[in-house]
Amino acid sequence: MSSDHGLSTDALFTRRRRPSSEKLLDLGFRQLTLALASIVAIVLLAILVTVFQGSREAMASFGLRFVTTSAWDPVNNQYGALVAIYGTLVTSILSLAIAVPLGVGTAIFITEDLIPTRLRDLIGLMVELLAAIPSVVLGLWAIFVMEPAIRPALELLHKLLGWTPFFSTTPQGPGMAPAILILVVMVLPIITAIARDALNQVPIELRQGAYGVGTTRWGAIFAVILPAAISSIIGGVMLALGRAMGETMAVTMIIGNSLNFDLSLLAPGNTIASMLANQFGEADGIQVSALMYAALILMLLTFTVNVLAQWVVRRLSLKY
Amino acid sequence: MTSSLSQQNTASMSSSDVCMSLQNVSIAYGNFEAVKNVFLDIPDGKVTAFIGPSGCGKSTVLRALNRMNDLIPGCTLKGRVLFDGQDLYHPRIDPVEVRRRIGMVFQKPNPFPKTIYENIAFGARINGYRGDMDELVERSLRKAAVWDECKDKLQESGFALSGGQQQRLCIARAIATEPEVILMDEPCSALDPISTLKIEETMHELKRNYTIIIVTHNMQQAVRVADMTAFFNAEAVEGGSGKVGYLVEYSETEEIFNAPAQQATQDYVSGRFG
Amino acid sequence: MTSFSNRSGSVSGTDTDTSLFDRRPLTFDAKLKRNRLNGLFTLISGLFATLAVLPLVLVLVYVLVQGGRLLSLRLFTELPPAPGMEGGGIGNAMLGTVLVTLIAALIALPVGVAGGVYLSEYAGKSWFGQVVSFGNDVLAGVPSIISGVFVYGLIVASRVFFGQSYSAMAGGIALSVLMLPTVIKTTYEGLKLVPNELRLGAYGVGASRFVTITQVVIPAALTPISTGAVLAIARAAGETAPLIFTALFSAFWPDGIFNPIATMSVLIFNFAIMPYQAQNELAWAASFVLVMMILAANLLARWLGGLSKI
Ligand SMILES: Nc1ncnc2c1ncn2[C@@H]1O[C@H](COP(=O)(O)OP(=O)(O)OP(=O)(O)O)[C@@H](O)[C@H]1O
Ligand SMILES: [Mg+2]
Repeated sequence: MSSDHGLSTDALFTRRRRPSSEKLLDLGFRQLTLALASIVAIVLLAILVTVFQGSREAMASFGLRFVTTSAWDPVNNQYGALVAIYGTLVTSILSLAIAVPLGVGTAIFITEDLIPTRLRDLIGLMVELLAAIPSVVLGLWAIFVMEPAIRPALELLHKLLGWTPFFSTTPQGPGMAPAILILVVMVLPIITAIARDALNQVPIELRQGAYGVGTTRWGAIFAVILPAAISSIIGGVMLALGRAMGETMAVTMIIGNSLNFDLSLLAPGNTIASMLANQFGEADGIQVSALMYAALILMLLTFTVNVLAQWVVRRLSLKY
Repeated sequence: MTSSLSQQNTASMSSSDVCMSLQNVSIAYGNFEAVKNVFLDIPDGKVTAFIGPSGCGKSTVLRALNRMNDLIPGCTLKGRVLFDGQDLYHPRIDPVEVRRRIGMVFQKPNPFPKTIYENIAFGARINGYRGDMDELVERSLRKAAVWDECKDKLQESGFALSGGQQQRLCIARAIATEPEVILMDEPCSALDPISTLKIEETMHELKRNYTIIIVTHNMQQAVRVADMTAFFNAEAVEGGSGKVGYLVEYSETEEIFNAPAQQATQDYVSGRFG
Repeated sequence: MTSFSNRSGSVSGTDTDTSLFDRRPLTFDAKLKRNRLNGLFTLISGLFATLAVLPLVLVLVYVLVQGGRLLSLRLFTELPPAPGMEGGGIGNAMLGTVLVTLIAALIALPVGVAGGVYLSEYAGKSWFGQVVSFGNDVLAGVPSIISGVFVYGLIVASRVFFGQSYSAMAGGIALSVLMLPTVIKTTYEGLKLVPNELRLGAYGVGASRFVTITQVVIPAALTPISTGAVLAIARAAGETAPLIFTALFSAFWPDGIFNPIATMSVLIFNFAIMPYQAQNELAWAASFVLVMMILAANLLARWLGGLSKI
């Protein structure tokens, strides 16, 4: 009986014993995904090698002076990236200083039950869509709409604060200040999205605890909810900082691409990314190398910021 | 039937010692009616226990007493909850003020992401405490039977404590604001027997000044600490989506456990439930 | 025990302590400092939210108005005019964007999905898996212009493609470098959402790893994977920085994939900074087309994402 049964199943299920072709397929698929996954590592390495190799010539001739001098002179082959480095740091940090309160405030507004759910979702959707607008379109808008619109305000700023070095020049179109504002528009969705996720992850029990001792809504937000979400928010802010440093198109189109050093935010400036966008296509000789050197510095900056972001999230995160 | 029975109870208590009074309270989460038609008078300066099977709405009723359900979107309440002569659900009532007078300890420990000291001081400070803060912190922690474990790490995070210690920290936090009523939702479910006994002693102490309402699954605990006991149950109703909770019987604890009027209560307290 | 009841002296002393707390009536008092602050902060955060939404509204309005009024058949069929001339269209740039994005997707999607499958299904906690995963995070943070620099150095300057320097192919490769981390990440996260019971169930009926992954796990995660793919493609279609010195630009119709090619994003960049009105207008028109495409892709992705909840 049992042998009879065994016979019939063997006849019905022809693959009781796995054929070696199937094992081969199994192994082959694994190796294929592994090979394709390693492309990430290879590309990253290739980027590093390409940029490093390309910048060796400039490194040899300018050394660390490259970072501290501001001459960018293709005629005499003298290159220093101070203007671009200063511009990169100033635009990204100042834009964050504006975008962080805006983004976190928006995130609170759309997570903390202050308005009806549908309105919240609508605002969330709009901020998400803002992130999808291409940088070059924002640049176009910045040139033709935003910059003319804010110029009176910048002029007022110059009148009031022109005695400080940071507002000492009269605004005449492109400059660091409009670049900072367009960067705010670009990083705002990142900060809002991350802060929103972080706030949503604060457990309801913690909110109940705060309300249970009699806090008001904002009392609970400041004293309990924000502290519980702070590590993720800081991580998100760092990510946004990295993004702002590397942001290219919108900034290039509105910053003025000046090669002269000026402390003033109302003057045209430059960033590493916009310098690359402007000059790389037409450069040759040691200028290419100098640009690669600048690109290397940009990579190091963004890399540091991004790694720091991950570290912050892991280090500061609370267990609740 | 059941509601008329609890109305009877309501009538038998003179109004001067009633602390909180639920009058025909029904609570729904969206379209789902979780508890219906609860009549309940909570006496002043006594411990009242809510018992009943899981999901019958004990926590829901408890949260309704200090408007904690406001935080749950879609949660609505019908009926009246009287406290200090006022309906807590009247539109002019400030829920923040209500929660300052009626404190709460939750089912899950939920210390704030702050130091142990600040966990206590925070609530007291926002309640406008003007006394010696160090003293208040120590007294509250002692009352919650967690001082010995905390006294050397007052400046460490509240998360650095064990689950049971966290819960006692939360009890201390609630005591520290000196509310008139303390609501406790299974406060001892994460505690060892020794800490549980300490908390129960604390409740006896607190009774002199406060009214305590406690949800518990532990029958012995109800017998030990409660003066009054309310037994809730849930039943399926036709047309409803799920079981609806209701108050079966409410009386002196002794009566509930020794001579309950309802068969369901008898079955539940003697462990024959189900 | 005795010490506890000793301390109870302080407990009964709380009658006086209660006066140390503010006690107010239960009614709402709008003039209270805490209630005024509460209202103020709500107002501020509402203002911030308005400010955050404002740019999108303004950009959309301008793109719709400035770009929409130029919409005509000619826009899609003609070449851009020579500087100083009137009229013309952006037909070549539209075709170019499609072509370059397609090249990028054909590279990045298979590699990215396979990479995500490896990370989620095979890597476990192995050191190589962690290297890939870390590398992916780093690559995601690399500025887009750098991938242009990289492809310039690797392909354009070295003229590996039949001696051609700038080409559609080079542009597509540069874009694929940007797409790759997103595709890997969304694939990985989509696969992680697939409950483990499903895998165990498939193994339980004797399915091999290959069959389990390709016929059970990936189909179960198809929605998040395709949502991620759509978003990555939409993002790539709008990228400019990696293209300006890889794909370059061309005033003519695309001529194979090994020649310079026009794309809408580079067209917007080039024409926005030209001092001619015809070119500026075409930049707005291209923005209109690009933004519509990208918004449609995003709404499609949201719709896809809402289809199934694992
Ligand atoms: N936030 C909520 N949203 C929707 N329904 C809820 C919510 N909280 C509770 N419920 C439902 O209301 C009913 C009563 O829940 P409740 O938590 O009050 O029960 P309980 O008696 O406290 O149970 P337990 O003893 O397990 O704590 C249950 O059916 C539950 O599913
Ligand atoms: Mg409960």
